[in-house]
Amino acid sequence: MRDEIYKRLLKDKLFKTVVIFLSFISTVPLFFILFHLIKNGLSSLNIEFLFNLPKPIGEEGGGIANAIVGTFILILISSFLSIPLGISAGIFMAENRNSKLYKIINLLVEILQGVPSIVLGIVAYLWVVKPMKHFSALSGGIALAIMMLPVIIKSTEETINLIPESLKEASLALGVPYYKTILFVILPSGLSGILTGILIGISRIAGETAPLLFTAFGNPYMNLNIFKPVESLPHLIYNYAKSPFSEWHQKAWAASFVLILMVFTLNILSKWVIRKWKVRF
Amino acid sequence: MGDKEVESKILKIENLNAYYFENHVLKDINLQIPENKITAIMGPSGCGKTTLIRCINRLHELSPGGKVTGKIFLRDENIYEMEPMIVRRKIGMVFQKPNPFPTMSIYHNVLSGYRLNGIKISKIEEERIVEETLKKVGLWNEVKDYLHKRGTFLSGGQQQRLCIARAIALSPEILLMDEPTSALDPVSASKIEELLLQLKESYTIIIVTHNLQQAARISDYTAFLLMGELIEFDKTEKIFTVPSDPRTENYLLGKFG
Amino acid sequence: MIEEKLNKLKEKIIEMALLVESMIEKSIKGLIERDKNLLTEILEKDENKVNEMELEIDDMVMKFIALYHPEAEYLRTSLMIFKINNDLERMGDEAVNISQSALFLIERPPVKPLIDIPRMAEIAIQMVKDSITSFMDRNPELAKEVCERDDIVDGLRDQINRELITYMMQNPATIERAQHLIRIARSLERVADLSTNLCEDVIFIVKGKVIKHGKDKL
Repeated sequence: MRDEIYKRLLKDKLFKTVVIFLSFISTVPLFFILFHLIKNGLSSLNIEFLFNLPKPIGEEGGGIANAIVGTFILILISSFLSIPLGISAGIFMAENRNSKLYKIINLLVEILQGVPSIVLGIVAYLWVVKPMKHFSALSGGIALAIMMLPVIIKSTEETINLIPESLKEASLALGVPYYKTILFVILPSGLSGILTGILIGISRIAGETAPLLFTAFGNPYMNLNIFKPVESLPHLIYNYAKSPFSEWHQKAWAASFVLILMVFTLNILSKWVIRKWKVRF
Repeated sequence: MGDKEVESKILKIENLNAYYFENHVLKDINLQIPENKITAIMGPSGCGKTTLIRCINRLHELSPGGKVTGKIFLRDENIYEMEPMIVRRKIGMVFQKPNPFPTMSIYHNVLSGYRLNGIKISKIEEERIVEETLKKVGLWNEVKDYLHKRGTFLSGGQQQRLCIARAIALSPEILLMDEPTSALDPVSASKIEELLLQLKESYTIIIVTHNLQQAARISDYTAFLLMGELIEFDKTEKIFTVPSDPRTENYLLGKFG
Repeated sequence: MIEEKLNKLKEKIIEMALLVESMIEKSIKGLIERDKNLLTEILEKDENKVNEMELEIDDMVMKFIALYHPEAEYLRTSLMIFKINNDLERMGDEAVNISQSALFLIERPPVKPLIDIPRMAEIAIQMVKDSITSFMDRNPELAKEVCERDDIVDGLRDQINRELITYMMQNPATIERAQHLIRIARSLERVADLSTNLCEDVIFIVKGKVIKHGKDKL
């Protein structure tokens, strides 16, 4: 009898140990990456790096200012395009679960989520770059917007589904028209969930390179004109990393570090947003 | 025995039929609700009592598959010929689960009927309405120092009173209540019942309840619904002592629920 | 809310009790003072009023129980009011009986001076008054004490019976009148009995104890 108990306790301990060990192993790559980033990139990280334009190879110094600004511009464009569309679609999906249109849109959204990002880049190339006859930040933004769209639609839909129906009814029962109910009661209540969805979407696209290859294309200079090509962090990292120059490799590490920092900040921001604005029902 | 009271009927329901997709949920309801009284609507689950009050404030037609035929006269106007939003401001509703708007303060919750509808009123008027309605529902002293906090810290019973305040802030003629105390503990529930008895002086109250004791305690008139039909409608004291229809009797005896 | 309704019930039953009490007093007064108007008033007005009130109170109690589901003392009170209602109505009937016999007697010369009947009436009426007081004051001690007076009343009735039988045997012409007097005495004895019923009900309300049929000691 006591043997039985000992055996069971031992199995329990063994299982626990294995689980902890495996969890630990899964975090190793992250630590590995961070370690290398810091080791290799920190040395090149300075104010100059962040605020200067890249210099041609051979010259001293140079920075990634255009890439940082470019990434921001691309994020702005894709947000501007995908957020209103995504939230509206998300609201429609949440409110019309029984209609045929819902089933169609749902299917399309799921398909869209599975499309490889390079294909989206090609689509944007065909839609925007070819007619415009040159690369532009706009086309890059469009490609990224298409990537962000399913994320925003799904998270908006799920957030609104979590809002109890009685809230909507309470507003309607006060004689408030439907559109005002959505705008002033439902959306504010779901704000934290929707914002989280947006921040997740942004985190996703901030590091994308493939769709930008034939759209935003890249630009060694600072560019604020959305109809012209623009540099972005992931694209710059890709170029520098595959180059034969070790100084550029250094810069690639540093740029990667900056990118990770950006994504990390977004993550913390979203957690703060959830905590501050979460509405309990 | 008693003197014959000639009570005015504030709501006249004529040949009301309601559908939910293909289901015929309310069958030919004819009912006259007296003013400034509490009318209870009772019946087993699925009898259509909630559907009935949702027809009265025209909420039923907003549900997918919801369809209504017939007339309901609020005083002399058929509500189905009025603007639905006007109807809903004259006929307020309080729900089973207290649902104050979570993103708004108590102050704004009370005024939400005005603000969300874009009805402009002066600050002085706003403050008067907030104080008056919160006093009417017996919440003023408990929340007067916290008016600009969100209502979520209130207890269930207090939240429900806030919802009642929100409804009466628009000065409706009729208050519809869909099982307003079934989500509350007995003490809060009885406080709300006392509140309703006070409110009936200013409003006409129609309350759906599956709690027979509650209907007996507070209502003046009771309507008994069964499978979408109105079986009996009479003074509560008569229905609970000598009901006319054997089905009403069986329901009261708990023979089907 | 429930207390308010119960108080209304209590007020109504007290109203009825006071009416019945005055009926009994009037009937005896009418007999002693030979006042025909007083006696006809009882038969023409008061009797109807009492019957009407009995129905009213029955209805009120039924509605109270149906709508308010009283428990414990409220339940005991409402049920006992139902019974007290019945007892009071029967007391009213006895007052009517007394009045009818009195009407017969005042048209004719008296058989004997009225001594014992007024004395019996005084005690019986006081029992009625005190039993009502014990109900209003929720006083079981008073109620018990009233019950004890029943024996005195019974004794007086026996005495009156014996006396009147003697008269009837001595003088057959007095038989009819004597029988009416015996009826009156019997009615007064019943009134006293009904008062003790009322007192037993009061004790049940207040203490939850049943002392009817000699069941329990207080």
